[in-house]
Formats: sequence, structure tokens, C-alpha cells
Amino acid sequence: MKQLAFIVFQDNDNARYLVDAITEDNPRAEVQYQPAMIRIQAEKRLEIRRETVEEKIGREWDVQEMLIDVISIGGNVTEDDDSFVLEWKN
Amino acid sequence: MTMQKKKLGLKDKYRYLTRDMAWEPSYQKKADIFPHEDFEGIKITDWDKWEDPFRLTMDAYWKYQAEKEKKLYAIFDAFAQNNGHQNISDARYVNALKLFLTGVSPLEYGAFQGYSRAGRQFSGAGARVACQMQAIDELRHVQTQIHAMSHYNKHFNGLHDFAHMHDRVWFLSVPKSFFDDARSAGPFEFLTAISFSFEYVLTNLLFVPFMSGAAYNGDMATVTFGFSAQSDEARHMTLGLEVIKFMLEQHEDNVPIIQRWIDKWFWRGYRLLSLVGMMMDYMLPNKVMSWAEAWEVYYEQNGGALFKDLERYGIRPPKYQEQANIGKQHITHQIWATFYQYSHATNFHTWIPSEDEQQWLAEKYPDTFDKYYRPRFDHWQEQHANGQRFYNSILPQLCQVCQVPALFTEPDDPTQLSHRQIVHEGERYHFCSDGCCDIFQNEPEKYIQAWLPVHQIYQGNCGGGDVQTVVEKYYHLKNGQDNLEYVGSPEYLRWLAWKKLATPQAPAGTGDRRDAA
Repeated sequence: MKQLAFIVFQDNDNARYLVDAITEDNPRAEVQYQPAMIRIQAEKRLEIRRETVEEKIGREWDVQEMLIDVISIGGNVTEDDDSFVLEWKN
Repeated sequence: MTMQKKKLGLKDKYRYLTRDMAWEPSYQKKADIFPHEDFEGIKITDWDKWEDPFRLTMDAYWKYQAEKEKKLYAIFDAFAQNNGHQNISDARYVNALKLFLTGVSPLEYGAFQGYSRAGRQFSGAGARVACQMQAIDELRHVQTQIHAMSHYNKHFNGLHDFAHMHDRVWFLSVPKSFFDDARSAGPFEFLTAISFSFEYVLTNLLFVPFMSGAAYNGDMATVTFGFSAQSDEARHMTLGLEVIKFMLEQHEDNVPIIQRWIDKWFWRGYRLLSLVGMMMDYMLPNKVMSWAEAWEVYYEQNGGALFKDLERYGIRPPKYQEQANIGKQHITHQIWATFYQYSHATNFHTWIPSEDEQQWLAEKYPDTFDKYYRPRFDHWQEQHANGQRFYNSILPQLCQVCQVPALFTEPDDPTQLSHRQIVHEGERYHFCSDGCCDIFQNEPEKYIQAWLPVHQIYQGNCGGGDVQTVVEKYYHLKNGQDNLEYVGSPEYLRWLAWKKLATPQAPAGTGDRRDAA
């Protein structure tokens, strides 16, 4: 069975930029739209990079800002000042 | 882009919060300060190995939480000011909220209490900080849910006394006993139960597809509090996974203890979530996904990835996972049928699904719905049309552990009720499944104390000798208003009036008045 790392956001203005950034940095990611929410999943690993988000959103962006719009995640979390990574390691 | 690094990085900030603010006791023994840390048998050799991947500090926590609250309450105001309750898909939908407010919101308060206590009991500062933040989150959840639902309480029945009901009403002992079980366990089992098994493995099923369903049914207030709460859950889930990995890495002796807890709390959670499954399949007029589909995505797929990841620690998937996977085709139909029969003792209404809804169920459950469940609904529908809406006057046999009536069927035979029993110290105890029977056998001294609503009613401890008295005097439900069949209820008539719809000449079932149970 596939091991999908995933993240789910509220379907709002912030999330649109996050989704743009994530699909750019994770070309194999699949985006699913469901009522009021957006789910992004990818085999094993999914990464959000601050730099890409800042490019899309046009301002400085703190990685922890995603806490406002995130609904759910799947995978082991590694976070630092520049990125947020979800990953299955086994 | 180059960033000026005037400020501390996340890692440094977190280290200062969770390490440098802690201290070693000098005039008291550590074991006296943290008396609950050892008795469960979990061995911790180095608390400094505890890592919270989000590394949230208090200043950041307050900043983000304040922003979430402002957004949330602006939406509550807008919802109330615009009579949002009139824009939902159908008044039947609100019955899911009644179950949510009486069954789920009090658990948030229980979680607040549980994390406050667990946080006090850990000698590691990182764990204490994580528990403290989660305790505050949980308190926020119960408060926002009560605030959101207070608007519905002005216009719908059955939402008026949720805290009183949570402690008394028969089916609410299912969620209540779940949390009481967790809170009365040691701090490490509590984290395994709630942070890992519930938050990580199972709450997605409650807060993601159901809340998406709330949005799809026009309930702006509920989807907003649901997703706002769930934004905290993303942190809680991460904590749940880290907690498990931390305990497993600390000592190999911890592995069998944690495996037993995972087996237990997976099964407890699965039974509890059968109520959520019923809400998704039967109580959302506009449907997003079926319980079986949600189970496949959020348990089979995500749980599969998770337990594969945990293999490296010697952890296997929960013992009765296969039974739960089989059950996804059955449990929601079985539990809705049970509530249909016992609607005289609930704070919400029940009904026979419409023909369109039954068609949807048949499509989503091609191997089970038409074969096993539609005929029963047809039969009841016919009875109802003849003026004899069915209510079951015999109180059900409850499972000693999960407290759900013994309504589920054998995993290998959906025509046979599943029932297990054992004799313990001269008393016979009954269970719904092997999973619940195992849990009892591991800790009989705990579960022989269970407060089982049906036994208590029959023993005369619930305000009276007949169900109607119990419902009115003990549960604080108004008979004929808060309970019984939806079609013909005061709420149904009010909805038709709001929507300026005529009362159907011959609704799905006429003769909605009930003979006394």
C-alpha cells in the first residue's frame, strides 16, 4: 500500500498561495478539492518551503503561520525556520 | 532571499522555553513531586530527548490562537445576524449537532482536564509545556463549540441542557465512559489513548469529513469551529506521534505495554466513532463521503502508512484492525437502526432515510445496504405509514466496556449479533466483541465499576421506573418535543413554516404520534 504524506487546509485565500507553492515544490503532489477544504497528498514526502511561499504570497511569511489554516496532516513532522516537511520514514 | 537573523531561530526559542525554564528540585525528591510517573511501567531514561516538532513558544501560541479566535467569532456573529440557521440544507441536519454538543463537546472539556493533570505529572519540561498548550486548546474547543451551538439552541430543540445530559443519558455514556477511562489511567496511557490513538489515528474521521459535510449543508458556524479546532489538532496529532516514538525509543520494555494500549484504544475509539459514522451516513442531508470511504482514506490508508512507519520500533497494527475494516460496511446502518428504535429516549430525532438517500446508501454500500439493511427500513416505513411508528420498549443489553448496546454483528456473519460473556468473581459480564472482552480481561477491576445506564434505570437509580419518567425527570428532555420521530415533530413543522412549505399531504410516514414505550 502507498504511504501518503498529506496536509489539509481550509479552502481560503491564504491556502491558495500555499497550494501553489506546494505544488511547485512537490511536482508529484495530488491536490483534491472537497467542500471547504483542500487536501494535498504525495507518496512518502511533502515539503512546504518558506521561500516559495513568500514568492507566491508577496510578503514575508513565517512557517508557523500555516497553523492558522491547516486542518490535518499525515506523516512525521520536521519544522525549522525555512521549511515544514511531512514524511514517512519506513 | 536573505533574512536578517536578529531574532532567535525556532529551535533556540523552543530550547529556552522547554529546557532553560525548568529546574532540578533541591529540597524535595523528584519521585515525590511526580508520583504518577512510574507505576505504569514506562521507563524514561532521558527526558531531554523529548522534541516537539512544531516548537511553538508561548508568544507565538498566543499570537496565532488570538488570530484564529478573531476570525471564528466574526463568523459566529455573521451567522447569527444573517439567520444562518435558516440556510442549512434541511432541519434534520441539526440533529447531528445535538449529538455533537451532548456527546463530543463535553469530551473537549474532559481533554482539558486530562491534559492539565498529565502535564502536572511529567518530570520532563518539554512534555509539560506540550500538555499545557493542549489543555488550553481543549478548553478553547469546548467554549467555541458551546458558543457556536448557542445560536441553534435559540431555534431548535434538544440542545438546552447538554452538560446535564452528558452525565446521564444512556447513549452519552459511550463517549463519557471513553474519556473517563482515559482520564483515570496513568499519564502515559492517557497520552497513548488521547494524543496517539484518538488524535492521531482517529479524529480526522470526526473533524475532517464531517466538518466538510457541515459546510456542504450550509452550516457556516459548525464548519468554522470544526476547522478552527482542527487547526489545533494538527499540532496535537504531531504530539501524539512524537509521544509514541519518544516512549518507544526510551526503553525496549515499553514496547509491549504501548502495544497493548494501542490495541485497547484503537478498539475503544473505533466503537466510539460508530456514532460519527452514523452522523455522516444518516444525518447529513447533503452527503460528502460515506463512512466506509472516510475509513478507507483516514484509517486504512493513513493508519497503514503510520503503522508501517512504526514497524521499526516493533509495533504492529492494532489487534482487531481487520474486524474494524470489515465493520465499515455495516456499523452505521446498525447503529442508526438502533437509535431509530430508541428515539423516545434521545435528545434528537430520527427518521427513515428518503428514497434518494437510500439509493445513495445502496451505491456506497453495494454489498450490504440492500441485502441487510434496506428491508428493515422498508418494514418500519410501512408500520409508520399504518400509524404505528416503531419504538422498542425493551431496554438493550449494553457492552460492559464500550457501553454501546450489543447491536453489532459478528465479523464473519452479518446476520448474527456479536455477543461475548465471561464470569468474573461470580458475576457474569457481557460484551459486544472480542475487542471489548479483551480490554475487560486485562483490567477487570476497572470495568466492573462501569456505570451502565440500562442497569441503573432497571435498578431504579434514574428518577423513576419507566422510560418516560426517566426521560423527563432524569434526562431533562421534553417528551414529544425533544425526542421521537422527526416527521411531524414541532421542529419539522417549524422548518416548513420558515421555508413557507406546506405540510405534505402524506409524508414519508404519517401517524407520527407514539404509543407509550
